[in-house]
Amino acid sequence: MMPEIKNVVDVCVVGAGHAGCEAALACARLGLETVIFTVSIDSIALMPCNPNVGGTSKGHLVRELDALGGEMGKNIDKTFIQSKMLNLSKGPAVHSLRAQADKADYSREMRRVLENQDHLTIKQAEVCELLWEEKEIAQDSFTNHRKKKIKGLKTFTGAIYECKAVVLCTGTYLRARCLCGESITYTGPNGLQAANHLTDSLKNMGIEMRRFKTGTPARMDKRSIDFSKMEEQRGDERIVPFSFSTNPESIQKDQVSCWLTYTNEKTHEIIRANLDRSPIYAGIIEGTGPRYCPSIEDKVVKFADKERHQVFIEPEGLHTNEMYVGGMSSSLPEDVQAAMYRTVPGLEHCKIVRNAYAIEYDCIDARQLKLSLEFREIEGLFSGGQFNGSSGYEEAAGQGFVAGVNAAMYIQGREPFIMDRSESYIGVLIDDLVTKENREPYRMMTSRAEYRLLLRQDNADLRLRKKGYEIGLVTEEQYRATLLKEEQIQGEILRLKNTKVGANKEIQEFMEKNGSTFLKTAASLAELICRPELNYELLKEIDPDRKPLSADVIEQVEIEIKYEGYIVRQQRQVDQYRKMEKKKIPEDLNYDDVPSLRIEARQKLKMYRPASVGQASRISGVSPADISVLLIYLEHERRNRERGGMIVGK
Amino acid sequence: MKTDTIAAIATGLTEAGIGIIRISGQDAIEIADRVFCTKSGKRILMSVESHTLHYGYIVDDKEECPDKTNDLNNIENKSVIDEVMVAVMKAPHSYTAEDTVEINCHGGVLVMRKVLEVVLSHGARLAEPGEFTKRAFLNGRIDLSKAEAVMDVIYSRNEWALASSMSQLKGSLSEIVRKLRAEILYEIAFIESALDDPEHISLDGYQKRILEKLEEILSQIKKLIESADQGKMLKDGINTVIVGRPNVGKSSLMNLMVGEDRSIVTEIAGTTRDVLQESILLHGISLNLKDTAGIRSTEDFVERIGVEKALHLAQDADLLLYMVDSSSLLDENDDKILHFIQPEKTLILFHKSDLAPLVKEEDIYNRLGNRKVKIIRTSVVDHTGMEELENAIEEMFFHGKIKINNEITITNIRHKDLLERAYEDLQMVKESALNGMPEDFYSIDLMSAYEELGEIIGEEVGEDLVNEIFSRFCIGK
Repeated sequence: MMPEIKNVVDVCVVGAGHAGCEAALACARLGLETVIFTVSIDSIALMPCNPNVGGTSKGHLVRELDALGGEMGKNIDKTFIQSKMLNLSKGPAVHSLRAQADKADYSREMRRVLENQDHLTIKQAEVCELLWEEKEIAQDSFTNHRKKKIKGLKTFTGAIYECKAVVLCTGTYLRARCLCGESITYTGPNGLQAANHLTDSLKNMGIEMRRFKTGTPARMDKRSIDFSKMEEQRGDERIVPFSFSTNPESIQKDQVSCWLTYTNEKTHEIIRANLDRSPIYAGIIEGTGPRYCPSIEDKVVKFADKERHQVFIEPEGLHTNEMYVGGMSSSLPEDVQAAMYRTVPGLEHCKIVRNAYAIEYDCIDARQLKLSLEFREIEGLFSGGQFNGSSGYEEAAGQGFVAGVNAAMYIQGREPFIMDRSESYIGVLIDDLVTKENREPYRMMTSRAEYRLLLRQDNADLRLRKKGYEIGLVTEEQYRATLLKEEQIQGEILRLKNTKVGANKEIQEFMEKNGSTFLKTAASLAELICRPELNYELLKEIDPDRKPLSADVIEQVEIEIKYEGYIVRQQRQVDQYRKMEKKKIPEDLNYDDVPSLRIEARQKLKMYRPASVGQASRISGVSPADISVLLIYLEHERRNRERGGMIVGK
Repeated sequence: MKTDTIAAIATGLTEAGIGIIRISGQDAIEIADRVFCTKSGKRILMSVESHTLHYGYIVDDKEECPDKTNDLNNIENKSVIDEVMVAVMKAPHSYTAEDTVEINCHGGVLVMRKVLEVVLSHGARLAEPGEFTKRAFLNGRIDLSKAEAVMDVIYSRNEWALASSMSQLKGSLSEIVRKLRAEILYEIAFIESALDDPEHISLDGYQKRILEKLEEILSQIKKLIESADQGKMLKDGINTVIVGRPNVGKSSLMNLMVGEDRSIVTEIAGTTRDVLQESILLHGISLNLKDTAGIRSTEDFVERIGVEKALHLAQDADLLLYMVDSSSLLDENDDKILHFIQPEKTLILFHKSDLAPLVKEEDIYNRLGNRKVKIIRTSVVDHTGMEELENAIEEMFFHGKIKINNEITITNIRHKDLLERAYEDLQMVKESALNGMPEDFYSIDLMSAYEELGEIIGEEVGEDLVNEIFSRFCIGK
């Protein structure tokens, strides 16, 4: 027998991508002895695909994560090379921050943070087996339920780590294979070593695995691209940081540009003519790809009537000539890729540094998890990121954070940390993943958040700082800053509502000058801000009592006043929604006792054991009629209990 | 999971040709089998196909069926209650989606009661009102609006209300609500996908498009809401108030319409001090008649309360019958009445038309500022004008529109309330579009409207819905 090295820690985090980093940092910062495993130390916080952080709705995730005490926002603030607030022509709910990253800097900087974090050890090793025990849980006096409990893990080289919780953040590495046309390599992204052993161990524990795929476009040599044929995309003049802890003044700097060009009929012709050589269309790929981040061949097939598709050329960093070709990911063979890219204006003479490829990997159907991201049937085992069937760095980071925090809550005997759909995009993301059926890698989108007017990126701190503080990952000082901000916002709104201006000559002149209609009677400053053509800044000259306030306070004041009616109505929807979320379903509810449930609903409910009626209603296969039945049953039981009834739940 | 088996007389408890006793639940077929045998005395129901009809006898017998002979004389056997046709429908293809047996027996009250008693004595439980429907709803056979329609049928007070509920039962309301919801959902989906995929889905010119669409949807919802008032009248009856100066003959008209002496009729002015109320059926429409104290200035305190109440009632009435004594000149009391009546809901009766007329139609028109009101000449003596009055009322409220089977009429307050809320929400969307708000704001109110419409048919489950279910279907009693 091989002599074993035995280590005893609190938490093991498997994988050091965007999910793993957040999970490990959260655990270590909460005082738990934590080890983070990676197959390659050089790939910590690697960005194997797009060189940016944020974007529509993903920007929300990063800001929320930051408000809760995560690291991603701070890290991109340190390493971005261009920044832009998207969708400014639309309502504030869909404004979204996106920053181009210097990939190497981003990775290096995150590694530095990890390396210097107390209680955190980085270990380069492939984890190949989880260690667990089975324990009996008395469900009632008749039956015992056997539940598994995590004990530790084992690396490929035989080392054993005993621990109380494991967080799986294996990304795209499990039994990964990369496809570029007919050529297949059995590696993780970027030629990194795949993790080929862990899947079997997970299956042995009863975890059901599935296979997803995703892809990335080619990288090109900047010197071979003719930018004069493209539209320049500059960053914002005034840069807004991702992190609420970053001083905006400290990050105003020179930015690099991105470039926009388009595909054309010729591009599409080449793709169509070679579809049979695409591993997806030829049936070689078994995994399901993301509908919302499609390869160029998918776009050409699905949007057959579109004459062109956008192509963004983005720098991969300041110290490299590599450029990322956004919008043209592909798994076509190398020769087709070359021909295809060269039809795009500006790319006629492009030199491809790295080929586009598709990658397939093992992951899970996240409906095996609870809202805390703990496996329902395995105590102490948590998971986050692409392993859970999502896609994207930001989605991964958000889940990694929640999984890490909940591993810590579990060990410390505290209540699980769960956010609902009305509290954050992260809450929506996790609820979707663990409740709904996802047939492809899940990508965050604005439309997934029902209450997005309340879940703006600009108020993430106001929404979530308190939670971060209660968890213990937001400092007293940071929390106090948020409380002060809140106070200033409410104080200023009150002042504007109570300050009236009369319909006098000075005011009417002001109205006329700003293209607004005359006042008929006196009005409050708040009422004036509601007019589309007026705003807080303009009102300065008729508001002499104004005290200086910071830009982010003014932004909140203005949004809250201008959109008050909508905010109130959305809040009402949230109240309605919460009623159903508050109707908790007892964990031991026997669905066989509920009369009239349809068979499919009964099966699904038994299998996924939703925490509340609200969550039950989002399970596919559970109809509104089933929900009525369930509600009536619960209400019935409640009334029986209240009457001190004779019927005691079995 | 086990549900008990219920039974009830499914047809009205009146003398009719055929009566139906319905049994539903897990043991329905077994129970029916215990009380039914074929003419040849065989018990067959446990082995018959679903949706088949069987001829035989209902027997009140714990022992055996009549002799296994074909001798019809054996019907004389005391244990035979009735000669019946039995329909067997197996789950889930029945009204309740449970095993169901319907016994078609002779329609006499006594026979039906006897058959039911036998069924109950063999293990079924008497169904609560609406319980078959409750089961149909809970088993997902029908949506909520249909279930509610059934309740309306059960409680409907006249044939129009019944027809309207039947039409909802056929699903016409569900159908239109579903269509409206689909249209709203399309707009939400369009906006949302444009937000998430601006490269491929453009919002250019969308503002104009949604305004047009909204007009269409709003007008449909408005029509439904408006039908609710008619629907309420259909269901609950037309709130009718008779006014006129004292001793003009209001009470005797009411008596005539009601067909019995309900009001106290005397020759002394001011006899009616309270408000009398009576419900009558007129061409199938319920009329809730209210007779009021005559309107005149009065010192008598008791009578004054009556007069005030009359004025108040007249305000809330759906229909005002204003009686004029055409045999005597109009006085200041008539002026007072003509001052407050709303001509569009008023019919004027020239009463005592058997006597020499002193009041002309122009006298009324002049006082009403030439606003048109229908005038009918009536007399209690020879029943003049009664038919004309009935026709006028029908014309006034349902002029041609009473074809309930083609038009959808809202008869349920909950539905009306939800429709009104959805209407308001869509008005908000319209406002947002007109004010040039960014499109992502539209979806907030569109979503509210979508959910409220969904609550009508039970596709969205709200707190109110559960309360409604509890209150209507006597669950948890």
